[in-house]
Amino acid sequence: MMRKLAWLAVAAIAVIGAGTANAQQTPRKGGTLRMTAPYAASFGSLDPHVTPRAQDDIVGKALQRSLYNWDTAANKLSLELAKSVSVSADGLTYTYKLRDDAFFHNGRKMTADDVIFSFTRIMDGSKGYPGARYVRLIKGAVDVEKGTAKEIAGLKKIDDFTLEMTITDRVDPGYYFFGGSTAILPKEEVEKGNYASNPVGLGPFKFKEHIPGSRVSMERFDKFYKTGQPYLDKLEVLIMAEAAARDVAFRNKEIDTSILGPAQYVAYRADPQLSKGILEVAEMFTRSMHMNLGSIKPFQDKRVRQAINYAIDSNLIISRLVKDKAYRATSWLPPSSAAFDKTMKPYPYDPEKAKKLLAEAGYPNGFEFEWTTSQNESWGLPIVEAVIPMLARVGIKAKPKLVEVTVLTELLMKGDHQALIASSLTGPDSLATLRCYYSKTPRTACNYTGFNNADFDKLLDDAAQEGDMAKRDEILKKANNLLYDEAPVWFFNYNKAVLAFQPWVHGLQPNPTEITHQYPENIWVDASSPAK
Amino acid sequence: MLLVLGRRLANIIPTMLAVVALVFLLFSVLPGSFISGMNEDGRSTIDPAVMERMRKEMGLDDPLVERFAKYVAATATGDLGTSFRTREPVTKMLAVRIWPSLKLVLAAMTFAILVGVTLGFLAALKPGSLIDTAAMVGAISGLSLSQFWFGLMLMYLFALKLQWLPSFGYGDGGLRNLILPAVALGVGPMALLARTTRAAVLDVLNADFVRTARSKGMSERRVVEWHVLRNALVLVITIVGLQFGSLMGQAVVVEKLFAWPGVGSLMVDSVFQRDMPTVQGCILMIVLFFLVINTLVDLAYVVIDPRIRYR
Repeated sequence: MMRKLAWLAVAAIAVIGAGTANAQQTPRKGGTLRMTAPYAASFGSLDPHVTPRAQDDIVGKALQRSLYNWDTAANKLSLELAKSVSVSADGLTYTYKLRDDAFFHNGRKMTADDVIFSFTRIMDGSKGYPGARYVRLIKGAVDVEKGTAKEIAGLKKIDDFTLEMTITDRVDPGYYFFGGSTAILPKEEVEKGNYASNPVGLGPFKFKEHIPGSRVSMERFDKFYKTGQPYLDKLEVLIMAEAAARDVAFRNKEIDTSILGPAQYVAYRADPQLSKGILEVAEMFTRSMHMNLGSIKPFQDKRVRQAINYAIDSNLIISRLVKDKAYRATSWLPPSSAAFDKTMKPYPYDPEKAKKLLAEAGYPNGFEFEWTTSQNESWGLPIVEAVIPMLARVGIKAKPKLVEVTVLTELLMKGDHQALIASSLTGPDSLATLRCYYSKTPRTACNYTGFNNADFDKLLDDAAQEGDMAKRDEILKKANNLLYDEAPVWFFNYNKAVLAFQPWVHGLQPNPTEITHQYPENIWVDASSPAK
Repeated sequence: MLLVLGRRLANIIPTMLAVVALVFLLFSVLPGSFISGMNEDGRSTIDPAVMERMRKEMGLDDPLVERFAKYVAATATGDLGTSFRTREPVTKMLAVRIWPSLKLVLAAMTFAILVGVTLGFLAALKPGSLIDTAAMVGAISGLSLSQFWFGLMLMYLFALKLQWLPSFGYGDGGLRNLILPAVALGVGPMALLARTTRAAVLDVLNADFVRTARSKGMSERRVVEWHVLRNALVLVITIVGLQFGSLMGQAVVVEKLFAWPGVGSLMVDSVFQRDMPTVQGCILMIVLFFLVINTLVDLAYVVIDPRIRYR
């Protein structure tokens, strides 16, 4: 396992190294980049407040900007629309010095009014804007949502470029305001009523054309606030939901980037040319089997849950079935998390120990449970079918129950399952991620296993009170380790996202929050690009 | 003729109502909701409070009967509702998808008719010949081919190997981007038409009135043009109509594979994300298309064969 971890570190360094090597070359101005949007056959909306979808945020990163962004090189959040921020002693009031050089694509300069307008719009109680879950952090936002106030009390304009924000919890607001669903939009354009058809943002590219179901075309915004950027003249985001079709198009040089699935990953790695253009990153998604602690008695015993982790040869499944397009999960938090404990070791494959633990727990002959799964190739039925004989070897009989992927979340929220395999977003906010196991977090929010542990709760309470982020991470590390020991899930893997790119593309970022979410102002193409 | 048209159009209304009721009911009992679909395979998380607001905004908490009544009333006025996913009117979404779909279906059907009818006709004129055998082998293969696999093979050959055509996408909406998806979609109807045409022409060639025409000394070319072609066309047009009508619904796989922005790809996306108003709108559009084409086929019968009369 140490070899695996070492390999993981080497891979990460290699990726960052590749990025650095790219950065050392002089970026070329001009050219067109043809990215792909692989998660659906259409975009939901080009109004970022309407949609929380990863597919839509691919375009959003080019058209829109939020208060913060994810700095991949530094592996942390950084200010985007503000030049600096100061925090009050109680850690609840943030004063932002906004950029005075950020222009919307209609030529107007962004001011504090735009931030206030955008956040107030998101809290409109008559709409279900997904970003409300983040803006609710601001004091008084809930009152706007309920309709008892028209303005968010916690947002105060000091002057055009100074904004004071008072929040209700001692958390880093960066985690709340870096996504597309909290992008800053111009009021006058939104009020025209056709914003989704003609989005105007603060991003490095301005909207040119949207052919629903086919592509979004954008062109360089010359007044973008980062000097000299973007490099590209044009950016096209092409919808390509079929992996096989993407493969042909990529090999035919019709697209410049492509997400790879397990089968293609093997083929591309084996190809001497294609293997030179592969970007890999451990994304912040943890694949696991959630054990519903309230469903059957055996799952209430920690030893049983640990036994399941010992009984499954996860490494074998990852190498044979997932074709190494995943990293072995060594805890709930992913390796890119600041609270990830690098000394942690995953549960080894040890069926004898599993049997011993089951016997100690009073189940020497095992037990039976129903395992709900989707057909997903990386964390669905193929994995369940591989695990069933492993569990059978220690006496546990798992009966698979197949449902459509859309139904999984609903079952998790209702608790209408005994065990369920799924992929969960586990970053970048470690505190919010671990709160999914806080006893007071309802199942509908994300405590899908019904986990309840006083020691864990105490650690999370302490972390929430800790103002020093480094100390907070240390506490969260302990909580994560405790969770690993308690094993409310079978810790399977972290997604290894793989992006294939053409040799003329430079400046791609191994973004662990979502590899398709590229900040396109950093990307450039050299003269060998065939795209006009 | 006008009476026939009037009757046919009047039949469309109860059919559409039945379709609306069926789709509405099916989606009401189907597990999973739009909000759980937003989870995107675990890529996004959903806040319970936002969920509640969304359900309220979209009227998902209203009783089923009330929702259905509202939907039917709105549909009657041409309002197909608002998409859960995009929050745009479904009619607006369909409006931009219908032309690419029609273009694809028309192109596929043109390919199917040109190749299928010609092959079937030639095969029937020389039964047992090499061309007959080749045409029928082609027809059977075409019927059994998976659209997905055939589409990929077309991409591989004509885009990757020969570099003649783009492998995917809508491009500027021109012919270059249309050819491969149209052939992939049209190969099934082409095969069916080839077999049907062959059978129909063979049937007519052996009919008494053809024998009589020949015995009167009419040239073979004239026999074929005057008697065989006209009589065989009735059956061929029936198949053309049925295939044409159903092709828009069948285009789902091809549209997704070639990233073609039609109604089919919109529908499949909306089904997976439980965007019910959009699914209903797409299905209504496809059914309407089918009914209109069938009405036109019924009228065509009368024109081609004046003996056919509707009571």
